[in-house]
Amino acid sequence: MKFLRDFFDKQKPHFEKGGKYEKFYYIFEAHETLLFTPKSTTKSRGVQIRDAVDMKRMMITVIVAMIPCLLFGMYNVGHQHFIALGQEAAFIDKFWIGLLKVVPILVVSYATGLGVEFTFATIRRHPVNEGFLVTGMLIPLVLPPTIPLWQVALATIFAVILGKEAFGGTGMNILNVALTARAFLYFAYPSQISGEVWTYIGDGTAVSGYSGATPLALGADAVANGTNMMESMSSFGQDWAADIFSFSNLFFGFMPGSIGETSALMCLVGALILIFTGVGSWKVIVSVFAGAFGAGLLMNAIGANSFMDLPAHYHLVIGGMAFGAVFMATDPVTAAQTEMGKWIYGFMIGILTVIIRVLNPAYPEGIMLAILFMNVFAPLIDFYIVQANKKRRLQRAAV
Amino acid sequence: MSKFIKLRKGFDINLVGKAEKKIADFEQPETFALKPSSFHGIQRPKVLVKEGDTVKAGTPILIDGKNDRIQHAAPVSGEIVEVKRGEKRKLLEIVILADKEIEYVEFPKHSISDINNLSREDCQQTLLQSGVWPNIIQRPYGIIANPDDEPKSIFISTFDTHPLAPDFDLILKDQDKYFEAGIEILNKFSEHVHINVNADAEVSPVFTKAKNAQLNKFSGPHPSGNVGVQIHHIDPINKGDVVWTVNPIGVTQIGKLFLEGKYDASRVVAVTGSEVKTPQYYKTFTGANIKKFVQDNLKSDHVRYIGGNVLTGEKIASDGYLGFFDNQLTIVPEGDYHELFGWIMPSFKKLSFHRAIGLLSFLNSGNKEYVVDTNTHGEDRAFVQSGTFERVTPMDILPTHLIKAILAEDFDEMEGLGIYEVIEEDLALCEFIDVSKHDIQAILREGLDLMQYS
Repeated sequence: MKFLRDFFDKQKPHFEKGGKYEKFYYIFEAHETLLFTPKSTTKSRGVQIRDAVDMKRMMITVIVAMIPCLLFGMYNVGHQHFIALGQEAAFIDKFWIGLLKVVPILVVSYATGLGVEFTFATIRRHPVNEGFLVTGMLIPLVLPPTIPLWQVALATIFAVILGKEAFGGTGMNILNVALTARAFLYFAYPSQISGEVWTYIGDGTAVSGYSGATPLALGADAVANGTNMMESMSSFGQDWAADIFSFSNLFFGFMPGSIGETSALMCLVGALILIFTGVGSWKVIVSVFAGAFGAGLLMNAIGANSFMDLPAHYHLVIGGMAFGAVFMATDPVTAAQTEMGKWIYGFMIGILTVIIRVLNPAYPEGIMLAILFMNVFAPLIDFYIVQANKKRRLQRAAV
Repeated sequence: MSKFIKLRKGFDINLVGKAEKKIADFEQPETFALKPSSFHGIQRPKVLVKEGDTVKAGTPILIDGKNDRIQHAAPVSGEIVEVKRGEKRKLLEIVILADKEIEYVEFPKHSISDINNLSREDCQQTLLQSGVWPNIIQRPYGIIANPDDEPKSIFISTFDTHPLAPDFDLILKDQDKYFEAGIEILNKFSEHVHINVNADAEVSPVFTKAKNAQLNKFSGPHPSGNVGVQIHHIDPINKGDVVWTVNPIGVTQIGKLFLEGKYDASRVVAVTGSEVKTPQYYKTFTGANIKKFVQDNLKSDHVRYIGGNVLTGEKIASDGYLGFFDNQLTIVPEGDYHELFGWIMPSFKKLSFHRAIGLLSFLNSGNKEYVVDTNTHGEDRAFVQSGTFERVTPMDILPTHLIKAILAEDFDEMEGLGIYEVIEEDLALCEFIDVSKHDIQAILREGLDLMQYS
């Protein structure tokens, strides 16, 4: 690896102050530090040794936690494809179809996002942040496999510029960047991201009686037309995919949906990685689930329609609930930053998700809006927690 | 009413190179120095001696033009060989070539029973003249105490939980009566003197014998030995309060001044760190030149010399001097190397508070000692992670919010969030574990300066 080091050392002067590519220093630095950790040492005052952790390692941990969701998502895209066509297929064929659909979305997301990052790093002369490594993976995972690639590119650019760079870059953003991308698509191009878009059918023809509806859509239907949700879930796809919406299927994730969000099991694997490594806040994850479960029970108690009667544990496995709780709500920049605040923040996300789902079926995917909404409120929650801390200090003085 | 306080938050950094518990014989360093950088808040340092002057131990050599009652004295007798200045004539060091036999300036001597009859003014006067006063540090701000203040309490932490910290029991062996006398003197400034001992170890009789002081026990990982943390739990500093802190060596120096009538700057220093061949203790004087400690005593030559410990110390040259408060010299490897894929390679050897992918040091037993170099292991970034600073700060303080308030220069917020309660050492662990590699201690000092001077 010596030649690589030599290569960088030789190129470095061109990018440093006074060099001919001085402008592109941060792009150079981003590549160099990806290969080699910098040789910088601690300053003469302050700590003389530093912890071995750095931002890159923290971010790569999140990416590793998402890999189970990504791999399962690829498989499930193929799985749903063949179910819709009414064909039997081998594992490898299903995975291959998924790979062909998912990898381009992933590539487009990373390419456009990093392009924007590099451009901003060059213009504003700040280092390229690792945050996008996570965002670039999150965006594909919350999109349907049928999404047109140009929309992926557009949404990524929109989200990175308006969701992040406009606020000053990673660490300063108010809204979760990946969800900003999804919300952008949701409101700008609703026909490609709502309705029956969750299954990739391609050139084939779907089996007779096929429907691409999701459990959430059935729930909305139940509210609008007074059908019984549990019954329509159990009878759904009787002729071509019996029991597709059984609880175990919903939990394992063999259902149509966004690429990475269908499997609650894989999200739990990711959650375990995040919690064990301490990178994601367990308080947020637990409280989102608790909030949703509690709100589900409350809906049961009201029981005005059959969506309200949906057993509370179903709420945790349908839609993007688990994925949002584990990977979106835990984004440390946009979540509440005080420990008590994290409980409130997560709990509110859970409650709002179920409320939006059940009471406002115009937006079947409640968790996206719930997280974005609470992102906006996180600073307010923190404000009160911080005020309480100050108040304790003042009271102590008075005693 | 003594208290027992158990702290759970914090992190012990366990490094290779603990000093063996013995005091080695060695040839004393030739030169000693007084460095204004050991203190915060000396605004106009005024040197009272010229190169070539001879001084005794206890002769004033430096004062602060802003507060000329506080005198800094020569730790040893001898000849002033250099008044070293840096850029813009900033005073760096006053170097003294020491005599073989130390001569002392004589101050009035008292017996232990006499001390009771001394007035506060007498004590104050002697402390100020002798150069012993700068041992008394004031909170807030961590500056040398103002003699006119009436502190609400005085705190002494008798144990040091910093990495490779020296053992005060050994350093203060047979100093019982001086420590006791020192406490008597401090008692004249405040009736609330707190001596805080380590609940997890056997307590040396030096500390328990002292009368008129409250003995509190603290248990838990670093920073449980930090006096700031202890103050927070016993008698917290609110706006307008003044609390003084003295370290145990300062207390014995105060005691000696009154019992022996001299400024005795002798102290035991631990030479520690992974690059030291035989880490052990040496008896010398304040401000010793480090050359004699490291001669033929290093395992490698690309090292960093740190006056103090690795969290709060200061980098010094290979022929530099220890600071006024340093009981410790730490020598660790320099880390100016590139590492291929250093940010993702799994390792058991890299010490980390975190457990992100590949950082496996948490799997090692708690007794494992680490070699840690000065590499920063990463680049500066914006604040991203939340909630970790709180896990190493055993106080009801929100460090992230405090630091952000300082960066925003928001005075109300800094005050509200408790800036008066902390100095650098209390947040040093935050700086160590910070994923974004901020200079937390430097930022905190900026905030303290803002509060103090504007």
